[in-house]
Amino acid sequence: MTLSAHVVVQRGSLAVDLEVAVADGEVLAVLGPNGAGKSTLLRVLAGLLPPDDGRVVLDGDTVWDDGRVHVPPHQRSLGMVFQDHLLFPHLSITENVAFGLRTRGVHRAAARASAEAWLTRVGLAGLGGRRPGELSGGQAQRAALARALVVDPRLLLLDEPLSALDARTRLTVRAELHRHLSEFPGSAVLVTHDPIDAMALADRVVVVEDGRVAQAGTPAEVARRPRTDYVARLVGLFLLPGTGKGEQVVLDGGGVVAIAEEAAGPVFVAIRPESVALYLQHPDGSPRNVWPLRLVSATPHGSVVRCDLTGEVPLTADVTATSFAEMGLAPGAEVWASVKASEVAVYTR
Amino acid sequence: MPAPLLVPAAIGIVFLVFPLVGLVIRAPWSAIGPQLAQEGVGQALRLSLVSATLATLVSLLLGVPIAWVLARSRIPGRSVLRALVTVPLVLPPVVGGVALFLVLGRQGILGRPLFEHLGITIPFTTTAVVIAETFVAMPFLVISVEGALRAADARFEDAAATLGADRWTTFRRVTLPLVAPGIAAGAVLCWARALGEFGATITFAGNFPGTTQTMPLAVYLALQRDPEAAIVLSLVLLAVSLATLLLLRDRWLGRGVSA
Repeated sequence: MTLSAHVVVQRGSLAVDLEVAVADGEVLAVLGPNGAGKSTLLRVLAGLLPPDDGRVVLDGDTVWDDGRVHVPPHQRSLGMVFQDHLLFPHLSITENVAFGLRTRGVHRAAARASAEAWLTRVGLAGLGGRRPGELSGGQAQRAALARALVVDPRLLLLDEPLSALDARTRLTVRAELHRHLSEFPGSAVLVTHDPIDAMALADRVVVVEDGRVAQAGTPAEVARRPRTDYVARLVGLFLLPGTGKGEQVVLDGGGVVAIAEEAAGPVFVAIRPESVALYLQHPDGSPRNVWPLRLVSATPHGSVVRCDLTGEVPLTADVTATSFAEMGLAPGAEVWASVKASEVAVYTR
Repeated sequence: MPAPLLVPAAIGIVFLVFPLVGLVIRAPWSAIGPQLAQEGVGQALRLSLVSATLATLVSLLLGVPIAWVLARSRIPGRSVLRALVTVPLVLPPVVGGVALFLVLGRQGILGRPLFEHLGITIPFTTTAVVIAETFVAMPFLVISVEGALRAADARFEDAAATLGADRWTTFRRVTLPLVAPGIAAGAVLCWARALGEFGATITFAGNFPGTTQTMPLAVYLALQRDPEAAIVLSLVLLAVSLATLLLLRDRWLGRGVSA
């Protein structure tokens, strides 16, 4: 492990208590909603914020230990990329990228040469003479990445590196970032609230909510078996906690869901909104999961309409805009919702 | 536009501009050349420019670090410190002069050992002029630079720290360039205030032609003896002030408005 940290910080009403470990060459995504304590964790790892308690060990060197050891940020071998790039406005792009080398005593000419080489690597060859204000958002973020990587850090910290970019730029910069991260030999920690960033860039994901780790695992595990409503919603699943009793689950909030396998003890039931079918009358045949529900709200979501339903089993259903119109649905409408047992995922809590 | 705002605004502007217009109207234009050629005038002007510039340099050297401490450090009692530093801003300059005299005069707390052990006398010297002007003018610089520091995004300094820059390097290579316009504005304010300094200077440094008689002192003296000379000297000061304003209007007025 090149980075292992236990961080305890009180930020107003938010109590952050997080433990993370990242191996060499590994990318850890810290995924969570705004205000969950993600950026606080990153600032502590960088040394910009003293934690109230805890320990940060980088490559075997303790850089923070409960106030006894405090290595300031400029003496930690790290690179950091910020959401809004924070390129120094009074310096050229080349000078920005060379900055970290200059502070480490590299001579001007050598630092400039390394900076130019990195600018070429991130696709900004020939733009080194410009000022940060003359770059597009995507170019500025590439330059910021070059500035962080040019010093060959042991730890790379990325704070929402893509969230300030427009959707199209984000796609290309994300792909490039993925390439640079896979070539990066040190540990990388990526803070994001976008599950796609986490899934695309990270080897492991830690989901942080209210200052605590809510779930940890590979991106695939987290996407398939979310443990909190937040993650479930992010990956497009609807999550219901309950207790397994043979081929059915008794939900904590009341109601029973039939499942295709046997389950026992506390479990999560995960249902994809697109697998929920809505009917105005009780559907024909004998599906095992049919509930009379009421439509609370409906919001357009791409080509589908996302319907929030309440009743015995609260659900979210995605129906096509056409069938939504044909059924003449409106908030307050009484509907029948059905889900095939085979479409219901169950896993232990 | 509502009259209750427009009318007082117009009166106020006339009030501010009219005295200056009057000064220009009453100026004995034909006599300006001979008046300026007088020995004392050049001397006073030179002394004023030199001492105001020195006071500004001292203020920069001491005031920028004060502003940094007030804006960036986490030392306790910062608000008290800020209040103390800005006292000279509201203090009548004459009182400042008296206070300086009590501390640095030959019988003063610091002045006495200075004189007895080193033979150094400060009051009534050009050094005293610079000290008096610095005392009165430095708070203008501190306030201006502190404001600029607070307005500057401190996260640039975080970025510098993650790039291996210690706090001194960060200050030199990132903070200082970022707040340079604020420092320039503060230095101009400071210089203008020092140039016009009267009360503290006459109290602490006296009024000796060639060593401590700055332009404002010369104007005041001339007004009693030779009003025409006073007008000419005032015009020179007005011209210097306007020239400064024009020189730095982009840097100061322009940015001041947009910021």
